[in-house]
Amino acid sequence: MLISCPYCGPRDLSEFTYQGDGNRTRPDPASTDQQAWNAYVYDRVNTAGDHHEIWQHSGGCRAHLMVTRNTLTHKVSAVAFARDAGHRKSDRHRMSGGAA
Amino acid sequence: MVDVLSPLKPVWKPGTHGNTANGIGVVLTETQPGSIVQLAAWQGQEKKLLAAIKAVSALALPDGAGGGKSGDSKAAFGIAPGKFLIVDQNEGLAAIFSGAVTSEVGTVTDLSHGRTALRISGPKAEWVLAKFFAVDFALPAFPVGSGIATLHHDIFAHIQRTGAEQFDLYVFRSFARSFWTMLCHASEEVGYEVS
Ligand SMILES: [Zn+2]
Repeated sequence: MLISCPYCGPRDLSEFTYQGDGNRTRPDPASTDQQAWNAYVYDRVNTAGDHHEIWQHSGGCRAHLMVTRNTLTHKVSAVAFARDAGHRKSDRHRMSGGAA
Repeated sequence: MVDVLSPLKPVWKPGTHGNTANGIGVVLTETQPGSIVQLAAWQGQEKKLLAAIKAVSALALPDGAGGGKSGDSKAAFGIAPGKFLIVDQNEGLAAIFSGAVTSEVGTVTDLSHGRTALRISGPKAEWVLAKFFAVDFALPAFPVGSGIATLHHDIFAHIQRTGAEQFDLYVFRSFARSFWTMLCHASEEVGYEVS
Protein backbone atom coordinates (compact mmCIF):
# COMPACT_ATOMS: atom_id res chain seq x y z
CA MET A 1 0.00 0.00 0.00
CA LEU A 2 1.28 3.45 -0.93
CA ILE A 3 0.31 6.64 0.86
CA SER A 4 1.02 9.92 -0.96
CA CYS A 5 2.34 12.24 1.72
CA PRO A 6 1.51 15.88 0.82
CA TYR A 7 5.15 16.77 1.52
CA CYS A 8 7.18 13.67 0.57
CA GLY A 9 5.14 12.16 -2.25
CA PRO A 10 4.17 8.49 -2.61
CA ARG A 11 5.84 6.31 0.03
CA ASP A 12 5.62 2.72 1.17
CA LEU A 13 3.30 1.79 4.01
CA SER A 14 6.34 0.79 6.12
CA GLU A 15 7.24 4.49 6.53
CA PHE A 16 3.90 5.26 8.21
CA THR A 17 2.42 4.65 11.65
CA TYR A 18 -1.31 4.24 12.15
CA GLN A 19 -2.60 6.71 14.71
CA GLY A 20 -6.16 5.51 14.86
CA ASP A 21 -9.69 6.15 13.71
CA GLY A 22 -10.12 9.75 12.51
CA ASN A 23 -13.84 9.80 13.30
CA ARG A 24 -13.45 10.08 17.06
CA THR A 25 -14.21 13.31 18.88
CA ARG A 26 -12.10 13.76 21.98
CA PRO A 27 -14.16 15.11 24.88
CA ASP A 28 -13.02 18.23 26.68
CA PRO A 29 -10.18 17.03 28.98
CA ALA A 30 -12.05 18.61 31.91
CA SER A 31 -15.19 16.66 31.10
CA THR A 32 -16.33 13.90 33.44
CA ASP A 33 -18.99 12.68 31.01
CA GLN A 34 -18.34 8.94 31.24
CA GLN A 35 -20.48 8.15 28.25
CA ALA A 36 -18.52 10.59 26.08
CA TRP A 37 -15.19 9.16 27.25
CA ASN A 38 -16.39 5.61 26.77
CA ALA A 39 -17.45 6.43 23.24
CA TYR A 40 -14.09 8.11 22.53
CA VAL A 41 -12.07 5.15 23.79
CA TYR A 42 -14.17 2.19 22.65
CA ASP A 43 -16.77 3.04 20.05
CA ARG A 44 -15.80 2.56 16.42
CA VAL A 45 -18.06 2.83 13.40
CA ASN A 46 -16.23 -0.12 11.75
CA THR A 47 -16.75 1.27 8.27
CA ALA A 48 -16.85 -0.99 5.23
CA GLY A 49 -15.74 1.52 2.62
CA ASP A 50 -14.11 4.96 2.80
CA HIS A 51 -12.72 5.47 6.29
CA HIS A 52 -11.17 8.58 7.85
CA GLU A 53 -7.93 7.73 9.62
CA ILE A 54 -4.98 9.49 11.20
CA TRP A 55 -1.51 8.36 10.15
CA GLN A 56 1.94 9.72 10.95
CA HIS A 57 4.68 9.75 8.33
CA SER A 58 7.03 8.60 11.08
CA GLY A 59 9.70 7.36 8.67
CA GLY A 60 9.73 10.58 6.63
CA CYS A 61 8.67 14.14 7.33
CA ARG A 62 6.98 13.01 10.58
CA ALA A 63 3.82 15.01 9.81
CA HIS A 64 0.46 13.77 11.05
CA LEU A 65 -1.92 13.10 8.19
CA MET A 66 -5.65 12.73 7.67
CA VAL A 67 -6.05 9.80 5.29
CA THR A 68 -9.20 8.52 3.61
CA ARG A 69 -8.68 4.79 3.01
CA ASN A 70 -11.17 2.32 1.66
CA THR A 71 -11.26 -0.58 4.11
CA LEU A 72 -12.45 -2.95 1.38
CA THR A 73 -9.86 -2.12 -1.30
CA HIS A 74 -7.08 -0.24 0.58
CA LYS A 75 -7.43 2.51 -2.01
CA VAL A 76 -6.26 5.79 -0.50
CA SER A 77 -8.46 8.49 -2.00
CA ALA A 78 -7.37 11.57 0.01
CA VAL A 79 -4.42 12.65 2.16
CA ALA A 80 -4.05 16.01 3.91
CA PHE A 81 -1.96 17.42 6.73
CA ALA A 82 -3.91 16.86 9.94
CA ARG A 83 -3.09 20.41 11.05
CA ASP A 84 -4.82 21.78 7.94
CA ALA A 85 -7.74 19.34 7.90
CA GLY A 86 -8.42 19.82 11.58
CA HIS A 87 -10.28 17.24 13.54
CA ARG A 88 -12.97 15.69 11.42
CA LYS A 89 -16.11 15.59 13.50
CA SER A 90 -18.41 12.66 13.22
CA ASP A 91 -21.80 11.98 14.68
CA ARG A 92 -21.70 8.38 13.59
CA HIS A 93 -20.71 6.96 16.98
CA ARG A 94 -22.77 4.14 18.31
CA MET A 95 -24.42 4.96 21.59
CA SER A 96 -22.37 3.23 24.22
CA GLY A 97 -25.27 2.53 26.51
CA GLY A 98 -22.76 1.28 29.06
CA ALA A 99 -22.75 4.17 31.48
CA ALA A 100 -25.00 3.72 34.45
CA MET B 1 40.01 22.19 15.83
CA VAL B 2 40.37 18.95 17.75
CA ASP B 3 40.59 15.66 15.83
CA VAL B 4 37.24 14.38 14.65
CA LEU B 5 36.52 10.85 15.82
CA SER B 6 34.55 8.62 13.48
CA PRO B 7 32.15 5.86 14.52
CA LEU B 8 33.24 4.09 11.31
CA LYS B 9 36.85 3.69 12.41
CA PRO B 10 36.72 -0.06 13.26
CA VAL B 11 35.17 -0.89 9.86
CA TRP B 12 36.90 1.76 7.73
CA LYS B 13 38.88 -0.04 5.00
CA PRO B 14 40.34 2.39 2.43
CA GLY B 15 40.96 1.00 -1.04
CA THR B 16 38.98 -0.80 -3.72
CA HIS B 17 36.71 -3.71 -2.93
CA GLY B 18 34.21 -6.09 -4.48
CA ASN B 19 33.67 -6.85 -8.14
CA THR B 20 35.76 -4.24 -9.96
CA ALA B 21 35.79 -6.16 -13.27
CA ASN B 22 33.76 -3.34 -14.85
CA GLY B 23 35.47 -0.53 -12.96
CA ILE B 24 34.45 1.30 -9.79
CA GLY B 25 30.67 1.56 -9.49
CA VAL B 26 30.60 3.81 -6.43
CA VAL B 27 32.95 5.71 -4.15
CA LEU B 28 31.98 5.70 -0.46
CA THR B 29 33.27 8.27 1.98
CA GLU B 30 32.47 10.17 5.14
CA THR B 31 32.19 13.94 4.77
CA GLN B 32 32.65 14.80 8.47
CA PRO B 33 30.92 18.20 8.57
CA GLY B 34 31.69 20.33 11.61
CA SER B 35 28.05 21.37 11.95
CA ILE B 36 24.73 19.65 11.31
CA VAL B 37 21.77 21.77 12.43
CA GLN B 38 18.03 21.23 12.19
CA LEU B 39 15.84 24.31 11.94
CA ALA B 40 12.07 24.34 12.36
CA ALA B 41 9.68 27.23 11.74
CA TRP B 42 6.45 27.68 13.62
CA GLN B 43 3.46 27.51 11.30
CA GLY B 44 3.30 30.72 9.25
CA GLN B 45 6.94 31.66 9.96
CA GLU B 46 8.48 29.57 7.15
CA LYS B 47 9.44 32.55 4.95
CA LYS B 48 11.26 34.24 7.85
CA LEU B 49 13.21 31.04 8.52
CA LEU B 50 14.19 30.76 4.85
CA ALA B 51 15.39 34.38 5.04
CA ALA B 52 17.48 33.53 8.13
CA ILE B 53 19.02 30.55 6.31
CA LYS B 54 19.92 32.81 3.40
CA ALA B 55 21.38 35.45 5.71
CA VAL B 56 23.53 32.99 7.67
CA SER B 57 24.57 30.43 5.05
CA ALA B 58 24.13 32.42 1.81
CA LEU B 59 22.05 29.51 0.48
CA ALA B 60 18.80 30.68 -1.15
CA LEU B 61 16.55 27.66 -0.82
CA PRO B 62 13.66 27.14 -3.22
CA ASP B 63 10.36 27.33 -1.36
CA GLY B 64 9.03 23.83 -2.00
CA ALA B 65 8.97 20.35 -0.52
CA GLY B 66 12.49 19.00 -0.15
CA GLY B 67 14.02 21.98 -1.95
CA GLY B 68 17.71 22.52 -1.27
CA LYS B 69 21.11 23.78 -2.35
CA SER B 70 24.63 22.55 -1.84
CA GLY B 71 27.92 24.37 -2.15
CA ASP B 72 31.56 23.46 -1.53
CA SER B 73 31.39 23.67 2.26
CA LYS B 74 27.69 24.22 3.00
CA ALA B 75 24.42 22.48 2.19
CA ALA B 76 20.77 22.85 3.16
CA PHE B 77 17.52 21.17 2.25
CA GLY B 78 13.92 20.80 3.38
CA ILE B 79 13.14 17.64 5.35
CA ALA B 80 9.53 18.30 6.44
CA PRO B 81 6.98 21.13 6.33
CA GLY B 82 8.84 24.13 7.76
CA LYS B 83 11.89 22.05 8.72
CA PHE B 84 15.38 22.15 7.24
CA LEU B 85 18.73 20.45 7.69
CA ILE B 86 21.73 22.79 7.37
CA VAL B 87 25.26 21.43 7.10
CA ASP B 88 28.57 23.26 7.27
CA GLN B 89 32.13 21.91 7.19
CA ASN B 90 32.92 24.50 9.87
CA GLU B 91 31.94 24.14 13.51
CA GLY B 92 29.70 26.56 15.39
CA LEU B 93 26.77 26.89 12.97
CA ALA B 94 24.13 26.19 15.65
CA ALA B 95 25.37 29.11 17.76
CA ILE B 96 25.16 31.45 14.76
CA PHE B 97 21.61 30.29 13.95
CA SER B 98 20.58 30.66 17.58
CA GLY B 99 21.24 34.36 17.15
CA ALA B 100 19.50 34.60 13.77
CA VAL B 101 16.38 32.51 14.48
CA THR B 102 14.33 34.14 17.23
CA SER B 103 11.95 32.16 19.41
CA GLU B 104 9.05 33.80 17.56
CA VAL B 105 10.25 32.30 14.27
CA GLY B 106 11.24 28.78 15.23
CA THR B 107 13.76 26.44 16.82
CA VAL B 108 17.41 25.47 16.34
CA THR B 109 18.63 21.96 17.17
CA ASP B 110 22.33 21.11 17.04
CA LEU B 111 22.72 17.60 15.61
CA SER B 112 26.44 17.87 14.84
CA HIS B 113 27.35 15.03 17.21
CA GLY B 114 24.15 13.09 16.61
CA ARG B 115 24.45 12.33 12.90
CA THR B 116 27.11 10.81 10.68
CA ALA B 117 27.36 12.09 7.12
CA LEU B 118 28.11 9.53 4.40
CA ARG B 119 28.66 10.24 0.71
CA ILE B 120 28.04 7.83 -2.14
CA SER B 121 29.06 8.87 -5.64
CA GLY B 122 29.56 7.24 -8.98
CA PRO B 123 27.60 5.79 -11.89
CA LYS B 124 25.96 3.12 -9.69
CA ALA B 125 25.01 5.39 -6.76
CA GLU B 126 21.29 5.39 -7.66
CA TRP B 127 21.37 1.61 -8.13
CA VAL B 128 22.95 0.94 -4.73
CA LEU B 129 20.66 3.35 -2.83
CA ALA B 130 17.58 1.83 -4.48
CA LYS B 131 18.43 -1.41 -2.65
CA PHE B 132 17.90 0.37 0.69
CA PHE B 133 15.11 2.86 0.21
CA ALA B 134 11.72 2.59 -1.51
CA VAL B 135 12.00 5.99 -3.18
CA ASP B 136 12.67 7.12 -6.75
CA PHE B 137 16.33 8.16 -7.03
CA ALA B 138 16.14 9.03 -10.76
CA LEU B 139 17.31 12.56 -11.53
CA PRO B 140 13.91 13.93 -12.73
CA ALA B 141 12.23 12.75 -9.51
CA PHE B 142 15.14 13.65 -7.25
CA PRO B 143 16.87 16.79 -8.64
CA VAL B 144 20.33 17.99 -7.64
CA GLY B 145 20.17 19.95 -4.37
CA SER B 146 16.88 18.48 -3.21
CA GLY B 147 16.54 16.21 -0.21
CA ILE B 148 14.26 13.64 1.37
CA ALA B 149 13.59 11.97 4.71
CA THR B 150 13.14 8.22 4.53
CA LEU B 151 13.74 4.97 6.30
CA HIS B 152 15.76 1.76 5.90
CA HIS B 153 13.95 -0.51 8.33
CA ASP B 154 14.51 1.36 11.63
CA ILE B 155 17.40 3.44 10.36
CA PHE B 156 16.10 6.92 9.67
CA ALA B 157 17.98 8.79 6.94
CA HIS B 158 18.05 12.25 5.46
CA ILE B 159 19.40 12.17 1.91
CA GLN B 160 20.45 15.09 -0.29
CA ARG B 161 21.44 14.78 -3.92
CA THR B 162 24.61 16.86 -4.17
CA GLY B 163 25.48 15.94 -7.76
CA ALA B 164 24.12 14.10 -10.78
CA GLU B 165 25.76 10.94 -9.45
CA GLN B 166 26.31 11.91 -5.82
CA PHE B 167 24.21 11.66 -2.64
CA ASP B 168 24.95 12.70 0.95
CA LEU B 169 23.28 10.62 3.65
CA TYR B 170 22.75 11.66 7.27
CA VAL B 171 22.09 8.76 9.64
CA PHE B 172 21.96 8.53 13.43
CA ARG B 173 25.51 8.22 14.68
CA SER B 174 24.69 5.11 16.71
CA PHE B 175 23.48 3.36 13.53
CA ALA B 176 26.29 4.68 11.30
CA ARG B 177 28.72 1.75 11.64
CA SER B 178 26.00 -0.80 10.94
CA PHE B 179 24.62 1.21 8.04
CA TRP B 180 28.07 1.77 6.56
CA THR B 181 28.75 -1.98 6.68
CA MET B 182 25.48 -2.63 4.83
CA LEU B 183 26.37 0.08 2.31
CA CYS B 184 29.68 -1.67 1.64
CA HIS B 185 27.96 -5.05 1.21
CA ALA B 186 25.38 -3.56 -1.16
CA SER B 187 28.20 -1.99 -3.21
CA GLU B 188 30.22 -5.18 -3.63
CA GLU B 189 28.53 -6.28 -6.86
CA VAL B 190 29.33 -2.97 -8.61
CA GLY B 191 32.83 -2.55 -7.21
CA TYR B 192 33.51 0.23 -4.73
CA GLU B 193 36.26 2.42 -3.39
CA VAL B 194 36.51 3.73 0.13
CA SER B 195 38.41 7.00 0.33
ZN1 LIG C 1 5.99 12.93 4.62
